[in-house]
Amino acid sequence: MQQFAKLVQVISNSTKTNEKLAALSEYFATAPGHDKTWVLALFTGRRPKRTVNTTQLKNWCIQQTGLPEWLFDESYHTVGDLGETIALLLPPPTDRKAAPLHYWMEQLLQLDKADEPTKEQFIKHAWNSLDESERFVFNKLITGGFRIGVSQKMMVNAMAKTWDIPPATLSHMIIGNWDPREATIEDLLHLHTTGADASRPYPFYLAYPLETAPEELGPPEEWQAEWKWDGIRGQIIKREGKLFVWSRGEELITEKFPEYQPLTNALPDGVVLDGEILTYANNTPLPFQTLQTRIGRKTITKKQLQEAPVAFLAYDLLEWESADIRDYPLSQRRALLESIVQQVQQPMLQLSPVITFQEWQQLAALRDEARAHVSEGVMLKKLAASYQVGRKRGDWWKWKIDPFTVDAVMLYAQKGHGRRSNLYTDYTFAVRDGDNLVPFAKAYSGLTDKEIAEVDSWIKRHSLEKFGPVRTVEPLQVFEIAFEGIAASNRHKSGIALRFPRIARWRKDKPVAEINTLDDLKKLLALHQG
Amino acid sequence: MITFTNSGLYCAAGDFYIDPWKPVTRAVITHAHSDHARLGSRYYLCENATVPLLQLRLGQDINVQGIAYNEAIYFNGVKVTLHPAGHIIGSAQIRLEKDGEVWVVSGDYKLENDGLSSPFEPVKCHTFITESTFGLPIYRWAPQEEIFSGIGQWVDDNRQSGKASVLLAYSLGKAQRVMQHLQHKTEKFLVHGAIANTHEALVHNGWKLPPIEHITPDTPKSAFPNSIIIAPPSADVSWMKKFSPYALGICSGWMTVRGNMRRQNADAGFALSDHADWPGLLSAVKATGAEKVYVTHGFSSVFARYLHEQGIAAEEVVTAYGEEENGNIVNN
Repeated sequence: MQQFAKLVQVISNSTKTNEKLAALSEYFATAPGHDKTWVLALFTGRRPKRTVNTTQLKNWCIQQTGLPEWLFDESYHTVGDLGETIALLLPPPTDRKAAPLHYWMEQLLQLDKADEPTKEQFIKHAWNSLDESERFVFNKLITGGFRIGVSQKMMVNAMAKTWDIPPATLSHMIIGNWDPREATIEDLLHLHTTGADASRPYPFYLAYPLETAPEELGPPEEWQAEWKWDGIRGQIIKREGKLFVWSRGEELITEKFPEYQPLTNALPDGVVLDGEILTYANNTPLPFQTLQTRIGRKTITKKQLQEAPVAFLAYDLLEWESADIRDYPLSQRRALLESIVQQVQQPMLQLSPVITFQEWQQLAALRDEARAHVSEGVMLKKLAASYQVGRKRGDWWKWKIDPFTVDAVMLYAQKGHGRRSNLYTDYTFAVRDGDNLVPFAKAYSGLTDKEIAEVDSWIKRHSLEKFGPVRTVEPLQVFEIAFEGIAASNRHKSGIALRFPRIARWRKDKPVAEINTLDDLKKLLALHQG
Repeated sequence: MITFTNSGLYCAAGDFYIDPWKPVTRAVITHAHSDHARLGSRYYLCENATVPLLQLRLGQDINVQGIAYNEAIYFNGVKVTLHPAGHIIGSAQIRLEKDGEVWVVSGDYKLENDGLSSPFEPVKCHTFITESTFGLPIYRWAPQEEIFSGIGQWVDDNRQSGKASVLLAYSLGKAQRVMQHLQHKTEKFLVHGAIANTHEALVHNGWKLPPIEHITPDTPKSAFPNSIIIAPPSADVSWMKKFSPYALGICSGWMTVRGNMRRQNADAGFALSDHADWPGLLSAVKATGAEKVYVTHGFSSVFARYLHEQGIAAEEVVTAYGEEENGNIVNN
């Protein structure tokens, strides 16, 4: 556990990719076998089932420290991380014990069916045998989510270095459905010779935003343009007579979308499609808000299936006749994809249409109409390019339309998490409605560190209430809020919900009297409701 | 005895202020940090060791009088004495007594003996005005020997990989403390101008401090490999460029929380503070035996509420203290 705690510490403190890489590959070269497998699982989002919940952890910590609950909460709001708060609050351990990571993982998993007193006894015992940094990682193992700046790409590169396997090959080996309790890293790395798990997806190829003029990409005829959809990126796999649906987050989501089931028979075997999961009716995508009603639900009601029917807009073909065809040029993959979709003839499987254009200017004009197509802009893909791994510059670009913007005043502030600990970074904004201010959006991103420091210091001096996580601030600071979409919502006081709101800039020049009104938002809604 | 005004803590009976943040006629100063000692007052009174520091920071022409710890001075029947606060060199708690009633203003303080400033002494009083910079139970300092051995280890690791070690520490207080405890690691420390100035003022007044060299544009590049460089938190990254390759470490109580350390883009953080931690604040308050406690800068509302629940009448007071430390921590 010490070695793992050290790894987490080095990685989370380092700002240099090379240092993180070196720490990871050294870990893979020296750690006990089962620990490596767990690290791979944990750092690629394969968190095991939670056997102890956060309320239990909090209560046991309160018992161990004798602190009042409100003081625990204040500490938590300042630290911004439950696992770390507990690690800092607990008294020093009196019964130190050295055990490897996989020991603790297995013990934790065994608690699944245990009763509460058994769990409590185990956790308190663990806390008393680990030091502060080990406790921190132990708590994170329970609460999940090591957000310490390790990307999938970095894991792949570190492992590629340790085992001397090309990154693209390796990234395909570790993707998909495997259980760290059963598989070892070595098993995974040998899968490609012994035959892979039928459900295994391919690593997604991701586009960078286009920041230059499209003219710089060269002749338009070398490029394919498509609409950029605002759904869930996914892969549909048909192998060995079975259908698997994966999200880009490497989550197997087959069960969530029963609409796709007919594809089990309709699709030929040995096929992998890349595309977008979208709510879709009458040949048109529905706004993202309708898809949101389907995300995170385990059981889907009939009503949801009717109101938010899902389709798959396919834009690429990665496997065909059981062969990996990612090396084929896009033009060839697209032709095969079109023939498959044609052959399948199922309403839930649609081709993501190609936008025809001769000149870049023409495409720019079409892009301005993206919202009318319920799209966020345009994707540009080089026709001669292969399907690559991860986010790469050069052959795929996303060219999004400019966001909507409104000017709003800050109303509430809350402290952030992670590296924004003890800083007010999470804000709620309001627009004017007659004499009232109506909160309509929360935003967390868009300010520079320097601006955050300034806003934080202002909030600390201008907050109207002191306890609990939320500060009401004097409504004086105006910000321009950018967002991608707008929809009606009965869950929000303002009656509207925004898609991906963030701060575009701090309008120190703008008086509160000149901010936008709820009417302005309603007009925007009427114009753009899908 | 003391009222909380827009200009600062005011003793009407003696007609003087303590650490005023606006210019006043008579200012009694707890210590020379810029959020407690501000420019523009007519007369200053402070502990002897603070005098040259005030002159350094506010100007040689200020009108300042120094007294020793425990030496009494009277303002219109109010007896004023200074008592060690253990925060930095010359830092004092200010005790006010009139007609048998005693108030103590803590300024900033810590309980651990840092080897330079006169160690903190609890002072009995009826009313105690305390800081609360680290007034949350998550703040619990390790003994300084442990912290300095960690820093020493870090310096060794840096040397092993051919790097200079740049440590950020406040130019007054923390910097001297760090050098004092790391002097066995180097023949001389290379320091930023702000630290060199403070160093000179202290040495000129008889303090024995480890040898330093002021880094100037003329300092040859050959001086940096393997060296220990001390700079204030406000030092610019571009100023550090010439030290490359180097590792950056921050010495501050705020480094307790990982997120705080991460956003500084430093290579290491050491939770070394000149303020009292949570257990320190609690034991200091209890040691005064005060019936009433006013809590100034920091987690004041939290600490006041906790004291209240412990049966000590406590109240939060808004002041202009604490800006420096907080400002620095988020700005660099």
